[in-house]
Amino acid sequence: MKSASAKRGPRRTLMRALPVSPAVLLMLAFLAGPIGYCVYLAFTDLQLTGQAASSLIGFENFRKAFTDEDFLNAVWLTLVFTVLSSLVGQNTLGLGLALLMQRASKPLRTLTGGIVVTAWVLPEVVAGFLLYAFFQKQGTLNAILDFLHLPSQNWLFTLPILAVSFANVWRGTAFSMLVYSAALNEIPKEIVESAQVDGAGGWRRLWHITLPMIRRSIGTNLMLNTLQTLSVFGLIWVMTRGGPGNRSQTLPLYMYEEAFQNSMIGYATAVALLLLIVGSLFSLVYMRLLRTEV
Amino acid sequence: MNRRTQRRLAADLGLLFAAAVFVLPLAWVVLSALDAEANLKVKVPGSLTFDNFDAVLVDDVTFTPLLNSLILCGGATALVVVCAALAAYPLSRYRSRFNRPFLLTILFATCLPITAVMVPVYALFVQVDLIDTMHGTIFFFAASGLPFAIWLMKNFMDGVPKELEEAAWTDGASSFQSLLRIVLPLMGPGVSVVTVFSFVMMWGNFFVPFMLLIDPAQMPASVSINDFFGNRGQVVYGQLAAFSIIYSTPVILLYVLIARRLGGGFALGGAVKG
Repeated sequence: MKSASAKRGPRRTLMRALPVSPAVLLMLAFLAGPIGYCVYLAFTDLQLTGQAASSLIGFENFRKAFTDEDFLNAVWLTLVFTVLSSLVGQNTLGLGLALLMQRASKPLRTLTGGIVVTAWVLPEVVAGFLLYAFFQKQGTLNAILDFLHLPSQNWLFTLPILAVSFANVWRGTAFSMLVYSAALNEIPKEIVESAQVDGAGGWRRLWHITLPMIRRSIGTNLMLNTLQTLSVFGLIWVMTRGGPGNRSQTLPLYMYEEAFQNSMIGYATAVALLLLIVGSLFSLVYMRLLRTEV
Repeated sequence: MNRRTQRRLAADLGLLFAAAVFVLPLAWVVLSALDAEANLKVKVPGSLTFDNFDAVLVDDVTFTPLLNSLILCGGATALVVVCAALAAYPLSRYRSRFNRPFLLTILFATCLPITAVMVPVYALFVQVDLIDTMHGTIFFFAASGLPFAIWLMKNFMDGVPKELEEAAWTDGASSFQSLLRIVLPLMGPGVSVVTVFSFVMMWGNFFVPFMLLIDPAQMPASVSINDFFGNRGQVVYGQLAAFSIIYSTPVILLYVLIARRLGGGFALGGAVKG
């Protein structure tokens, strides 16, 4: 193949690149375009209505953001949401379920797997409604707590960020579970058995053998979970609209409010750019983890 | 009881507990949809009824939004699959110094939080008059789904041995013919994973149509479902639940279909690993 392509030169190369062009054009126009526009808009004072022209205002938007309490609140809540629901919740629970599935009997494996995966496959907004009903004052959770004679409360009002974090765990754990199940199945049986023979207990085997052997999957899973969690909008929107007040307003919801309720497109884009930069950093780390495969 | 049985029993109990917790919200939607007096709690209906389904199965509540969803997601999925298959072929078959940088860029784009670009996309669409159009939204959906689709498609295509094509090449088939007649049929499961995955992601997507469409008559189900709150006065939870089931069923069926075809539900988890 190589000699043939060398003989026919650039025309051949062009013909070979041709099939890639529809995809490239689409991505340039509708993905790279908006990202470039995002970088530009972030330095302007564009507003939604009644403004003839916007002007470049340098780093003003960013300066405003870092002195704005609502922005800092959104950053903090995004951090809480990501750590609670992605790093701790989905990741640990997903690993736990995958480990239990290795030992459990087949009917229970199928049952639990089916239920957890259904929660994952449901459209985001439907998941939002289901968990809204679950956490609502007259909802299922309080009914159960009442039945157990435990104190109930209006979860979406008292602990909104905790409620939406649980919602995200409910919705997203399946992904981690699938990734870890696949990874655990690839560990050779002999290694586990020889450790058993050597008398290593359950926790020690997990810590010294299982976890090191699936560390690449752990890295991949953490990255993808975090990226996915950073961009959750619909789930929180349906459950709390970011409220009460701004007590569950993560960065995407803050960005939306600034753009459309306060008409500050330029400022909201600056926030979007910050989110995009954080996302890009995570992407780069993820690519390092996969680097052997490209 | 020996230790092995004991351990299995403990694992079974753990899974049973997790299943019980995870199933509660799902039980609510199923039971409420069949209950004339549904509220926010999980409860067994006094009498089973399909009235909620009857009430929502009318044009402007169910059929129009579902048709809109189908046009949006079907159109964008078709674009994604065709463009991804064409793009993956040279990436998988020819060696070129552009492959690696291109694939790295694709992989990078796969991970970008699309939510973050929606405000600039909105501003851009207003500028170029694509706002509130179905085709504009389809193009954006397609572009945002392409990086992952190309990545998956290329990996699946790598699994089809090149030797099978070489016979066709010596018979004078063009690369396009060999892609269409030999490679794609051989990677049927791969193509269906890409198709179903793209479609399911778009079907559930709320933010993109929420931002880019304005006219309620064009809204897909993911946005119109919010009308159960607000627009129609008191929330009828039974109807909301019934609609949720109708709206979710296609993606659940599609998922089951590909999970079967690839022997277990682990295909997507495995595919994402690379």
